[in-house]
Amino acid sequence: MDRRQFFVTSATAGAAVLGIKRSHAASEKEKQEFVGVLCDTTRCIGCRSCEVACSVTNGNYVPDVKNDNALEKVRDTSDKQYTVVNRFKTAKGEVFVKRQCMHCWQAACVAMCLVNAMHKNKEGPVTWDGDKCLGCRFCMVSCPFDIPKAEYHSWNPRIMKCTMCYERLQAGKKPACVEACPTDTLMFGPKRELMEIARHRVYSHPDKYVRKIYGEHEAGGTGWLYLSAVPFEQLGFRTDLGTSPYPEYTKQFLVSVPLILFGVPALLLGLHELSDRKEELKAGEWAKPEAENE
Amino acid sequence: MNNTAVATSEFSRVFRFVLQELKPRGKWLTPFNVISIPVILAGLVILYFRFVYGLGSVTNLNQYYPLGIWIGFDVVTGVALAGGAYVITFVVYVMRMEKYHSIVRVTVLNGLLAYIFYAGALTLDLGRPWHIINPVIGNSFGYNSVLFLVSWHFLLYMITMAVEFSPVVAEWAKLEKVRKFLTRLTLGAVIFGITLSILHQSGLGALFLMAKPKIHPLWYSEFIPILFFVSSIYAGLSMIVFEGTISHKVFKNLIGGHDGHQYEEIILGLAKGAAITMFVYYFFQALLFVHEKRWELITDFWGYWYLLEVIGLVLIPCCMFAYAVRHRKIGLIKVASVLALLGIVLNRLNVTVIAFRWYDVSKYYPSWEEIVVTLMVVFTEIWVFRWIVTRMPVFEKK
Repeated sequence: MDRRQFFVTSATAGAAVLGIKRSHAASEKEKQEFVGVLCDTTRCIGCRSCEVACSVTNGNYVPDVKNDNALEKVRDTSDKQYTVVNRFKTAKGEVFVKRQCMHCWQAACVAMCLVNAMHKNKEGPVTWDGDKCLGCRFCMVSCPFDIPKAEYHSWNPRIMKCTMCYERLQAGKKPACVEACPTDTLMFGPKRELMEIARHRVYSHPDKYVRKIYGEHEAGGTGWLYLSAVPFEQLGFRTDLGTSPYPEYTKQFLVSVPLILFGVPALLLGLHELSDRKEELKAGEWAKPEAENE
Repeated sequence: MNNTAVATSEFSRVFRFVLQELKPRGKWLTPFNVISIPVILAGLVILYFRFVYGLGSVTNLNQYYPLGIWIGFDVVTGVALAGGAYVITFVVYVMRMEKYHSIVRVTVLNGLLAYIFYAGALTLDLGRPWHIINPVIGNSFGYNSVLFLVSWHFLLYMITMAVEFSPVVAEWAKLEKVRKFLTRLTLGAVIFGITLSILHQSGLGALFLMAKPKIHPLWYSEFIPILFFVSSIYAGLSMIVFEGTISHKVFKNLIGGHDGHQYEEIILGLAKGAAITMFVYYFFQALLFVHEKRWELITDFWGYWYLLEVIGLVLIPCCMFAYAVRHRKIGLIKVASVLALLGIVLNRLNVTVIAFRWYDVSKYYPSWEEIVVTLMVVFTEIWVFRWIVTRMPVFEKK
């Protein structure tokens, strides 16, 4: 044990004893910024290189981009593809929009998961752990963006969704889709920096962009951010999701649980005793039936 | 003879007794058997495909409707209908209303079996059911998850109800000492059980709180948990009336020449309770309706559908209960209880399946396989129920 390690160990132990370990850990957490991706839909040309790169990296179905005419209809991510690009015809011409997991700041799927199989990593990506998952699919129920997809035709189904290439991030690389993008539509980095870039673009080209950054506040804020030339409703985005983080919706209920768990037994025991007293007082009126307290 | 020898001989006696009791009794070719046996066999075949080729091979579930009737009906509705157990144990053991003592055993048995089979049906729906132990063994507690809470409460409540029912089993196996010991646990189990019931009945509603953008605003409110809890009270009471009516027809010889008047009094009391709780529930719905300004929502199909549920299957049976209690009309109470139960089924299915993603053009409809498996679960439960009541002292003895 060198001197540095000695200091760290003894400081940690001391902090634990003093009960300040949590705040220590919290302050360390704050240093880690969540990362995300900025998607500027005005730059996308619909080449779908991201779809191919994603599927190759994650071992999913690789689309035949040149021949499959997939842009003809609006698609969704599936249990075979983590990301898809869609084409929308708008007043400002054709717009291409990439779709994948938004990596919410406070994700509904993570809050709903009873075994932490859905996990918000400290770097920002939301990932799924098959060794824990029960396959209850409540992540799919909760997700406001309908992103998690189940493999219904497998005896051992996985929940399939974008991982923001978590393994690549740990190796110091960018997500595969970002790296594959030939037009700088996609930009990877800490959300704080991406927000600055996004705001700069919107403010300096007010005629080019709508004054909204999708993902800044949606569902409490997401890791993926979108810029657009046309209102987001026209690009298949839901704009009615609200700005509160989804776990907030169950908070009230969860807070009341300990109240009920301890309040109700107290009340019931009290009632039990009270009803006993009543019976004593009424003892003359009705004789106790033969059934012994069963 | 030493203690071990006594215990061993006692154990082998009970073992032989149970073996002997396992044999079927009575006629085989009853109408119920003729219908249920093929359904159960077909259900087993379907389950083979389900576990080998995946949920998609037998269900109509898709990426947008991850929950079908196996959850919406079997689990969510089944648990609401099993609410009678906690209501009746509250009335009898906490409030000590001896009038209802005679229906405690059968109600608790019904509740226990409902949880074992309907909550158990959950395992059929889980993609990876072999991981079901994960939330219990604690390698990964999702403390912030409503589902984590509900799953623990299911488990604990099943144990609690088993404790509540256990004296009957001990009596059947003629284990007098064990019975006396188990009887002493009843009050604690009852109080724990009521608390757990309040939490998981409402918790089932809380599971859908995060599906806010997906549930039609007439069915979504932040008060779903309270609505689920209050409605489970009258669901349980109506179920006792409904189930009692059938039991009195089918198990006439077991219930025997019992006091018709006393039974009538019980039914009237249950109906009174149902009428009051239904009115509270209706009032709450009305309040939400006004408070959330839902007027403009009732002019389309979903509005009528909502009115059918809240007026047709809550307010009307509520008035029927009240009228029937006042005029002592047992027949009307039975009709009202059926309507109330339909209302519960409709409400739970609306939240979980029907009004879920109401805007979607391709709706989910259960496949015939899903319906057969659901019927299989119900029929198997009835088989077990019948086996128990024909052997153990469940109905009041006369």
